[in-house]
Amino acid sequence: MSVTYLEAIREAQAKLLRDDDRVFIYGQDIAGKFGGAFKATKGLAEQFPGRVLNTPISEDAMVGTAIGAAMEGMRPIVEMQFADFSSVALNQILNNAGTQYWRTQTPCPITVRLPSGGTKGSGPFHSQSMEGIYSHYPGLVVLTPATVEDAYTMLIDAVAIDDPVIYCEHKYLYYHLKADALPTEKLPIGKARVVRPGRDLSIVTNSAMVHEALAVAQQFRAEGIELEVVDLRSVKPLDTATVLASVARTGRLLCVGEAFPWGGVTAEVIARVATEGFHLLDAAPARINAKDTPIPYHPNLWSEHRPNAKTIAAKVRQVLAE
Amino acid sequence: MLQTAERGASTSKNAPHEKYLKAFRIMFQTRIFEEKLASLYRGGLITGGVYLGKGQEAVSVACGLFLQKGDVFAPLIRDQAGRSAFGEPLVDVARTYLGSRSGPMRGRDGNIHRGCPKAGQLAMISHLGAMVSVVVGKLLAKRMKGEKGFIGLTTIGEGGMQTGATHEGMNIAAVERVPLVIVATNNHYAYSTPNDRQFACADLVDRAKGYGYEGSSVDGTDLAQCLEVISAAVKHARAGRPPQLVVASTLRLAGHGEHDDASYVTEDIKRESFAQDALQRTEQFILEHELVDREGLQQMRAELAAEVDEAVATAQQEEAPVGSEEDWCAVSTRELADEPTLAE
Repeated sequence: MSVTYLEAIREAQAKLLRDDDRVFIYGQDIAGKFGGAFKATKGLAEQFPGRVLNTPISEDAMVGTAIGAAMEGMRPIVEMQFADFSSVALNQILNNAGTQYWRTQTPCPITVRLPSGGTKGSGPFHSQSMEGIYSHYPGLVVLTPATVEDAYTMLIDAVAIDDPVIYCEHKYLYYHLKADALPTEKLPIGKARVVRPGRDLSIVTNSAMVHEALAVAQQFRAEGIELEVVDLRSVKPLDTATVLASVARTGRLLCVGEAFPWGGVTAEVIARVATEGFHLLDAAPARINAKDTPIPYHPNLWSEHRPNAKTIAAKVRQVLAE
Repeated sequence: MLQTAERGASTSKNAPHEKYLKAFRIMFQTRIFEEKLASLYRGGLITGGVYLGKGQEAVSVACGLFLQKGDVFAPLIRDQAGRSAFGEPLVDVARTYLGSRSGPMRGRDGNIHRGCPKAGQLAMISHLGAMVSVVVGKLLAKRMKGEKGFIGLTTIGEGGMQTGATHEGMNIAAVERVPLVIVATNNHYAYSTPNDRQFACADLVDRAKGYGYEGSSVDGTDLAQCLEVISAAVKHARAGRPPQLVVASTLRLAGHGEHDDASYVTEDIKRESFAQDALQRTEQFILEHELVDREGLQQMRAELAAEVDEAVATAQQEEAPVGSEEDWCAVSTRELADEPTLAE
């Protein structure tokens, strides 16, 4: 038996609905036999009547409703059809959910699932990685699971957290990634993972880019160069200690992110390493992101827009040469 | 179903006097309190803005008066009267305006951005319409938990009616069939902008039909009418009828905030019947019908003012928050706070 990343998300939600009466799922096209644009809730509406609810095309009101329900003691999961559409709900997420606990001491335990990141042919409005925007604002926890195991355990943990959680699930990984079985162990939220130990350079990354980084590391192995790959897992909080420990081992840092280049996760990681671990660096830290244009539709353009094995490898050589 | 109360109808003679007087007392105290807040502001004793509900006391008080324990109230900028009617302690208002660390917002938020979610009163954010769907969520959750007999009431203005959030929130309330009352006060100015640059429909209450709501209109300067129409809307919501939209007509008799002299309000509009002062109208009715005499009103004023003074004095004696002692952690799960947040 094998489990895909998408099935892990569905199984996590099934478990949550089974184990906790306070959980319900709220989103567009998620109920009935249809089960969501990506089938992440397939079968759940039938299995849990009244707890998997279709909503109007109203991202702002979907999140607003979830906030109210959470403040009333429920544990809503909001499925955005695409992460990109969460921009319509930005106000509710940032200003209502994100400020609620600080202002009123009332916890606001919503989980917003964002089907994130690019796939071929999806274009500017169905491909975005928005973890940087959400991390910039206070009061939110932002997660980017990169493995089947993390997709499962981090979603279960997300719903248990008393604060608003932005759960960025990568659409490219939905079907591409498989595990033998659902995990029985987990790493806690807020901890990064060294996915591949190395000696010569640390690639710090998250979400689907973890797999690009691993492919690059495999490539360099033939040359006797050992790259360490760190999967952040949680963008906020950011596990600075694990990143610094990795840089201490390798002396070189390359941050890889699928999001746009201005600011964001890669910039934050470099800022932290530069301020807290400058003495650990043997070369200037580097980063590689998507290009600063809208995400293109055509596969030829799309594959050049985001970091890929080729561009990451070129950047690695550059940092190693310093 | 549109049950439109007659525009400009004279104050109903058969108002239940007990409720009427209770409402008047709250309106009266609200006016006294808000005058006090304005004078503290002018004296430089309040940091940030002061936003008054002058002219809207009748409609606001009616919003709070018919709610019960277990109901949800999401008031907005000009709802001091409604908040008091719902049971918000005066001292918490003073604490929030004066920045006492003992207040419900502890200096973290100020003025009208206050609430006590545990008591059913949500703390508004400034983005208009955002609270509508939050009330829907509270009501949906109460239904899921098996609670019965509750309703939610939220207020909005003719300006706030024009946001996308209001539209989404009103629609989702009807889709979810939750017992919601929305009281929209058309006070004819959204900050400085008059209605002709806010909406182009004949009457905002016409939107009720479009959302699947029951709509009603009310003269916001007539307390008896406000009590009648809003209590009916609350009753209908409680009885399981569709969400209710009440549109009240008034004129904002103050600036947007106390920093604003409202010089843009035209002389013509001040002569409209909706420009009457609801409090004065109510006071006149009380005197004409000898519910209370002049002396009684004087005595009432003294009592109410003493309560206001006590609330302000209490808040003034309390300590202000201190930056170096503040807990700068925005998440409730402390172990998930991002390190630099706590380190600095």
